[in-house]
Amino acid sequence: MTIHSLPVRTDAPDPTPAEKPAGRGGRRLLRQRAGRQHHAGPLAYVLLVIMAVLSIFPLYWTMVAASTDNTRVSQTPPPFLPGPNLFSNLARAWDEAAMGKAMINSLIVAGVIALSTVMFATLAGFAFAKLRFKGRNALLMLVIGTMMVPPQLGVVPLFMMMSELGWSQQLPAVIFPTLVSAVGVFFMRQYLSEALPDELVEAGRVDGAHSLRIFWSIVLPIARPAMAVLFMITFVHAWNDFFWPFVVLDMTNPTVPVALTQLSAGYVRDQSLIMAGALLGTLPLLVMFVVFGRQIVSGIMAGAVKG
Amino acid sequence: MATSTTKALAGEEPPGTPRSTGGEGTARRRSALLHRLDVKGAPFAFIAPFFIVFLAFSFYPLVYTSWISLHDVELATLDVMEWVAFDNYVELWGDSRFWNALQNTITIGVISTVPQLLMALGLAHLLNYRMRASLFFRVASLVPYATSVAAAALVFTMIFERDFGMINWALGAVGIDPVNWEADKWPAQVAISTIVIWRWTGYNALLYLAAMQAIPAERYEAASLDGASRWKQFTHVTVPGIRSTIVFTIVLSTIGATQLFGEPLIFGQGPNGITGGADNQYQTLGLLLYEEGWKNYQMGRSATVAWAMFLLLVLAFVAQRLIKRLRSRTS
Repeated sequence: MTIHSLPVRTDAPDPTPAEKPAGRGGRRLLRQRAGRQHHAGPLAYVLLVIMAVLSIFPLYWTMVAASTDNTRVSQTPPPFLPGPNLFSNLARAWDEAAMGKAMINSLIVAGVIALSTVMFATLAGFAFAKLRFKGRNALLMLVIGTMMVPPQLGVVPLFMMMSELGWSQQLPAVIFPTLVSAVGVFFMRQYLSEALPDELVEAGRVDGAHSLRIFWSIVLPIARPAMAVLFMITFVHAWNDFFWPFVVLDMTNPTVPVALTQLSAGYVRDQSLIMAGALLGTLPLLVMFVVFGRQIVSGIMAGAVKG
Repeated sequence: MATSTTKALAGEEPPGTPRSTGGEGTARRRSALLHRLDVKGAPFAFIAPFFIVFLAFSFYPLVYTSWISLHDVELATLDVMEWVAFDNYVELWGDSRFWNALQNTITIGVISTVPQLLMALGLAHLLNYRMRASLFFRVASLVPYATSVAAAALVFTMIFERDFGMINWALGAVGIDPVNWEADKWPAQVAISTIVIWRWTGYNALLYLAAMQAIPAERYEAASLDGASRWKQFTHVTVPGIRSTIVFTIVLSTIGATQLFGEPLIFGQGPNGITGGADNQYQTLGLLLYEEGWKNYQMGRSATVAWAMFLLLVLAFVAQRLIKRLRSRTS
């Protein structure tokens, strides 16, 4: 749709060649391509079903344990079918174990991080994919190199920095260090260099559009499917991030994973309450995976190194 | 979207259009200047946010870690830094807890990474078949990836519980004595590795699957013309075909393994978690870093552990390079 509404240069030979790369872009890139096409035999199905059961069972059992009571969980044989207490346990986890506050905090943290990561990654990804500037390749290598540096290594100075800024135990301490991600930049760059035709950017330039307008009107519409995928993946990572939030936050103001550690730390363990908390903290992401499973799967596959 | 652009653009003056009057000439020069400024400057403006945040919150802390590691710093008085040169390193070198943590990090790393990547390879191969419900199987194998370390570790802690855990119950059903998963060293490390394997196998499988689908079908045709069996095709076409993805996942898993923290912490259920069990039997470097800094209040030592982790990573990559070079020389 984009190409037709753009003013076509009169000296452009024919709209069709320009149309082709535009059609190549968009959603098609994120869809899985057909690989080799052997049909699965019965053995393959059996193995896959076993894998699926192993993947899902721990979560199913979280739900089972969260729906019984503490005495039933601690008996053998362990329960395999849900009991009657699911909602009362969830309610207890929400109130007693600070899960309610933790869920809201995690929503804020993961939402802000995902939004900013997507925005900055798309900007930088566009620059690396389609704009020419000095040191582009060296800077891109630097971005890729930063992916290899685990954030845990800088945790001591980061902690000191946050206490100097007065952000200890505050959400900004968790949000700011992860506002951008190298993986995101690289992901958007890979996507845009394939999905965004050079002709579109040049056409925008010829019409006198400045870079930000080209970004807003040409790049964003094309980048949207990849942005949605990056948003979801970043959201999952930010929601589940553990080490740094555990270091810098405390129980008065936790994110979900931090609150969960506290659930298990007591000497008297209420197992079904713990499992209810774990279930509550995982539920939003599970819903997301059920609804957008196809997009998330294709996004992870699109970000993979091929060949 | 684009339609609105066109309208907005129509109002602006196209910079390329030739004009004759002088006043418009300066305007043109100015817009040409602006245009050049835009073309030259905009790319840097676009990548600036990434690099600014990275410099402030990743690069600077990383470098500053080495400076702190040469000082005595207490958690309660972060602004008082006492220069001690390499004392922290000397002490760490002589500290048996460090060598223990290093060893545990390596063994848990191996126990968790090797089976995980092999299983991911097998799973990817299965997912690559044409079949019914392929999307279901793909999403199902990603479900663990959606589960946080905390939630996953809590469930597995319960499944591996000594008295009423499901694993010991199942072992008992086939006549095997219950295993003390938390207190004994190797069972604890196996249980912790199980959490890691569970969470990451499906994710790695999808990366492999993506790479497998990019292998040209002709290579398989050629191999089957040569009479290669399915297994031969797998080892001679599929695995070499996804080689760079395999390297990529090895790198990612190695980084993850050196940083291991949440799984052993929660598996240790609170008080014992930070020390990695009563006898440090599953304390990793990540846990030691946290213990030194936030339990013993010695931030300088904590930073020293961080540097040791970094060195370990560097060594792992050098070793991997060496192995690769040796292998390519022999083959």
